[in-house]
Amino acid sequence: MIYKVISKTEFRKFIDALVKHNTAYGPRAVDTGKDGKPIYQFMPVTTADEIDFDYTVTHSSAKHLFLPYRDELSRFRFNDEDWEQEVRYEAPPLILIGLRPCDINAINILDEVMLHGPYPSPYYLARRKNTFIIGMDHLPLPDCFCKSMNRHTVNHGFNLFCSDIGDKYYLSINSSKAYTFLKEFMLEEPSYEDNCLLIERRKTIKQSFTTNIEVTGLPVFLDIEFDSPIWQKWGDKCLSCGSCAMVCPTCYCYSVEERFDVDLKGSSRQNHLYSCNLIDFAQVAGGHNFRPRNGDRLKYRYYHHYRGFAANDNQQICVGCNRCGRACLADINPKDVINDLRLERESCMICVSPSPDRT
Amino acid sequence: MNHLGFKIDKVKIASFDFTCCEGCQLQLANKESTLPAFLGLLDIRNFREISSERNDDYDIALVEGSITRSDEIERLKAIRAQAKVLVAFGSCACFGGVNSLKNKIPREEAVRGVYGDKAVETMPSTKISDIVPVDLMIPGCPVSKAEVERIIVGVVTRAPNNLPKYPVCVDCKQKLNTCLFDLGEVCLGPVTKAGCDAVCPSGKTVCLGCRGPADDMNFPSFIQIVKEKGLSLDEMLEKLAFYNGFADYLDHES
Repeated sequence: MIYKVISKTEFRKFIDALVKHNTAYGPRAVDTGKDGKPIYQFMPVTTADEIDFDYTVTHSSAKHLFLPYRDELSRFRFNDEDWEQEVRYEAPPLILIGLRPCDINAINILDEVMLHGPYPSPYYLARRKNTFIIGMDHLPLPDCFCKSMNRHTVNHGFNLFCSDIGDKYYLSINSSKAYTFLKEFMLEEPSYEDNCLLIERRKTIKQSFTTNIEVTGLPVFLDIEFDSPIWQKWGDKCLSCGSCAMVCPTCYCYSVEERFDVDLKGSSRQNHLYSCNLIDFAQVAGGHNFRPRNGDRLKYRYYHHYRGFAANDNQQICVGCNRCGRACLADINPKDVINDLRLERESCMICVSPSPDRT
Repeated sequence: MNHLGFKIDKVKIASFDFTCCEGCQLQLANKESTLPAFLGLLDIRNFREISSERNDDYDIALVEGSITRSDEIERLKAIRAQAKVLVAFGSCACFGGVNSLKNKIPREEAVRGVYGDKAVETMPSTKISDIVPVDLMIPGCPVSKAEVERIIVGVVTRAPNNLPKYPVCVDCKQKLNTCLFDLGEVCLGPVTKAGCDAVCPSGKTVCLGCRGPADDMNFPSFIQIVKEKGLSLDEMLEKLAFYNGFADYLDHES
C-alpha cells in the first residue's frame, strides 16, 4: 500500500478524466424522499459533476455490477439433431466510485463464495478482475452497524481508498494500476499533519456509531434458537417480497432457467438472483415446498447471514449496512430481530436451574 | 429443432373478445422484433384483429374481457366446448377487470351515465371462471407480450408454464427504482403478482394490482404497513378494487 494525499479539486480532475474515458458508476441522487432527503443509487456517470462525493448511502448495493440480477450463462444453437453451446466470460472494464468500506468488505465476501469455493464462477471472476474500485470513507448513519460486524474498515479488495481529511483526501493506493493513473495528477506525500488528520478522522468515524448489535457467539445462539417462536412473530410481518435480498450487498442466492428463443432456433440459460424469502424458494420438483411459512423463510435468511453456511465457510456474511432494514416496508431489521432473540433467551436464563454444586 | 425427439407443431389458436378494450389482443401484434417468429408458432384460426379467416377448429382459445351480458355467457360456453385449453387473457377475463367498477353503483345509474336514455342490457361484470372452467390465466392490463411469448413457446415445446409467484417488489428493486412508499404513495407492488417487469413503478406510477394477488401474499401485514405509515386506507381499498383482482381479500375483510 502506498499513501499519498490529494487536494479535493485535483481529485475531481482525476475522477473526471477516469470517468470520461471509461464505463463508470458512482453515487448519484435519483430522487428526493418524502423526508426531503436525497435518495442515492450507484448509477452510470460520465463526468465528475454527476457524482455526489458527499453522499450518505445508496439504497441498493453495487452487487448487481458483479452479480447481475439476470445474467446469461450460455447460449444454445440448435441444428437438426444436434446443438452447440456457446459460453462467454466477457466483461467490459468498469470503474466503480464511492464504495464504502462495508461495500468493499461485501465484495471480498462474495470473492470467498464465488472464487474460492469448490466451483469458482468464471462469470464473476471476469467482472471482478475488470473492475477498478475506488472506496471512500464516511460518517456512519444512525442505523449503520458495520462496526458490530467488524466491517467498518477495509484493507484489501480495492484499487484506491479515499479518507476525507477536510480539503484533501488521504489516499491508500492498493494497485499499480491506480498508482499509474494517479501519477498524471498532483499528489503529495502525507505530512505529519495529514497523518494526524487521518487518525483523527478514523477515530471520529469509530466513535460515531450509534447502533450496535451484539454478535458474539451468535452462531451458537442461533442454533439454540432454531425453534423459537420469535421467527414466526417476525415472519407474520414479512411480505415475502424479497426487497431485502435485492438491495443486500452479499445475498447471492439465485435460480437458473432455460428460455427458448421465440424462433425456436436457440435458447438461453439464465441465472437470476432470487431470495430465500420468496414463497417458492424451497419448492422442489413435484411441488413440495420445504419452507411454506414466511417465518421459516425469514429464519433461513438470518441463518445464512449471521450463522453462516458451508458455501461461505460458515462465516457471517452480513456487513452491517442495514440496507435490508431501510428497504423493508414492514420494518424488519437485523438489530431488532437479533435483539428480540437475545432478549427472549436472556429472560429465559433467569428461570434456568442453577449449576449443580461442586462435590 | 429435432434434438428433443419430437416434432414441433404449430398451435391451433383462436382469440375472442368479450367486454373489454381489446388492448390485450392488440399486444399479440406488438413487439415487432420477434413478431414474425411468434406468428410462426401459431396457426391462427379465428382472430378478428389480424385476420378475416373464421375457423371453429382450434385447440387453444384466448378469451379477453369480462362477462356482462347474457348472450356472452352462451358464446363463452360454446368456446369452452370447442377449446382444449381455455386461457383467461388479461385482467378483465381473469378478475372482472376495470369493468367491475360498475358493480358498485346501481345498474340504471351506470347505464344512464354511459348510454343516456338508450336501453342497454347489462349485468354485473364477472370473471370468466365464474361461468366456465379456465385452464390458464394470463393476467395483466394489458398482458405482457414477453410473458405471452414464453407461455406459447412453453406450450409448443411442452415445457411447464409458470407465472412468477412472488410480488412485483422483486422486479422493482432489480430496476433500482425508488420505492413509491418512500415518496409517500400507496403502491400495491408488495401484494401483486410479478411478471410485468414492474413497468408502472418504473414510470413512477403506483402498481394498481392488475396481475392480481401474489401467491400467499401477506394482506394483514400490508394493511398494517399502510396504517403505520399514516397513508390512506381508503386510497388503498380503492386501488385494491380497481381491477377486482383482490375481491377475495376485500370480501373477507368487510
